[in-house]
Amino acid sequence: MHFWGYKRKEGRAGIRNHVLILPTCACGSESCRVVASQVRGAVNIVFNTGCSDVAANTEMSQRVLTGFACNPNVYGVVIIGLGCETVPHQKLREKIQAMTSKPVVSFGIQDEGGTLKTIEKAVRAARDMAAQAAMQPKELCGISELLLGIECGGSDATSGIASNPAVGELSDLLVDIGASTIMSESIEWIGAEHVVAKRAATPEIHNQIIQTCKDYEEHLKAAGQDCRAGQPTPGNKAGGLSTLDEKSLGCIRKGGTRPIVEVLAQAQRPTKYGAVVMDTAGYDISSVTSMVAGGCNAVIFTTGRGTPTGNAIVPVLKVTANAHTYQWMEDNMDVDLSPIITGEKTYQEMGRALLDIIGQVCGGKLTKAEAYGFSDVAVDHVCRFV
Amino acid sequence: MKINALLMDERDNVVTCVAAVDKGAPIIYQKGGQVCTLTAGDDIPYCHKAALEDLPHGAEVRKYGEMIGKTTAPIARGHWVNHENIVSVPRDYESELIH
Repeated sequence: MHFWGYKRKEGRAGIRNHVLILPTCACGSESCRVVASQVRGAVNIVFNTGCSDVAANTEMSQRVLTGFACNPNVYGVVIIGLGCETVPHQKLREKIQAMTSKPVVSFGIQDEGGTLKTIEKAVRAARDMAAQAAMQPKELCGISELLLGIECGGSDATSGIASNPAVGELSDLLVDIGASTIMSESIEWIGAEHVVAKRAATPEIHNQIIQTCKDYEEHLKAAGQDCRAGQPTPGNKAGGLSTLDEKSLGCIRKGGTRPIVEVLAQAQRPTKYGAVVMDTAGYDISSVTSMVAGGCNAVIFTTGRGTPTGNAIVPVLKVTANAHTYQWMEDNMDVDLSPIITGEKTYQEMGRALLDIIGQVCGGKLTKAEAYGFSDVAVDHVCRFV
Repeated sequence: MKINALLMDERDNVVTCVAAVDKGAPIIYQKGGQVCTLTAGDDIPYCHKAALEDLPHGAEVRKYGEMIGKTTAPIARGHWVNHENIVSVPRDYESELIH
């Protein structure tokens, strides 16, 4: 299986070719939004951290910002900083330039004399970059260039019964033909961590999976918090998911059955090919943020209750097995998997159908969240999301 | 009779209703190729669970062949199992590590 994508000098190929307008901190976010709105082919990120933070949070913010810049769907980066933030624009630019040869420029609002002067320069830079990006031809890429992020959010009981098993089947099919997938949301392994660990390729990975869950619980406990107080969410409970364990046992089905070859820290890039897992929150926006920073070029997202989530850099394909949700929120849903619930189709059949649809998305078909230009970002922090 | 509930694993003691079932109406599911029925003791909402047997207080509730929690009150066969009457129990991570 192949797709037409944008080859990069480093790492995987892109399935999109965006110019990314990237703030260093919250203070640069609005200028980035204005710049991206002026230039076709540019997308922006709204970032709520990057200043007045403890070291662990700064490290996470930096991992996300540099990860976004290095994502294969990004052709080049225009950074806008303020000037007094924790990591200023010049320093962020140098970090990114040490990781990738793609074009990167940066501006500081205090250096330039305010937002309008900064925006003027940044628009010119983004315009020139977008013109270059548009000239890059698509090339035939092997499916091993695909790193699919697998997410679930707004789950109900149909998620664990139908849509997650179908996406698990998709993951197995992809891994079998050489692609890679990431299952994240480690808090939603709790109660099912022993089942996830059975997929570990080595005893070390088995223990990493168990330890990840143990550490997550202890991290929250150290802050006087209980992961079971935030999980399942009120919507999950209304959708028939009564405990974190029940939610987790359904959630983990989306990762399929193939051996897990690597356990990644949040927003970390995989070093192995195949099925990998990442330690992230169950908060879907944060989890998608981390997987995109880890280099996913596409995300598939199962939901039961319905969600509009999208990401500026990576197409997010929304699938549901809840027939009512598909019909009621069709403007946000890409694929109807409810024939699994009614018994008209097996989850294996729908998994194979999803493989074709992912192929189309890799080839350029816009997902609904992508067509709307949705750009959700949430950066995890000390005292983690759940 | 049309199936309106799913048994995820033969070891389970709950089924998930894939249609809302009114109190007194039949809950119909398949187990090992056989069609089984029981009577709903409560109104069971769409996507929610019903007990397949009488569950005493503190009993393990099983779905997907795994424990999803323990009961905090007795739940009679056919009655609604939800976040109000079952609770997650802490994990024993140490016993799961390979030494």
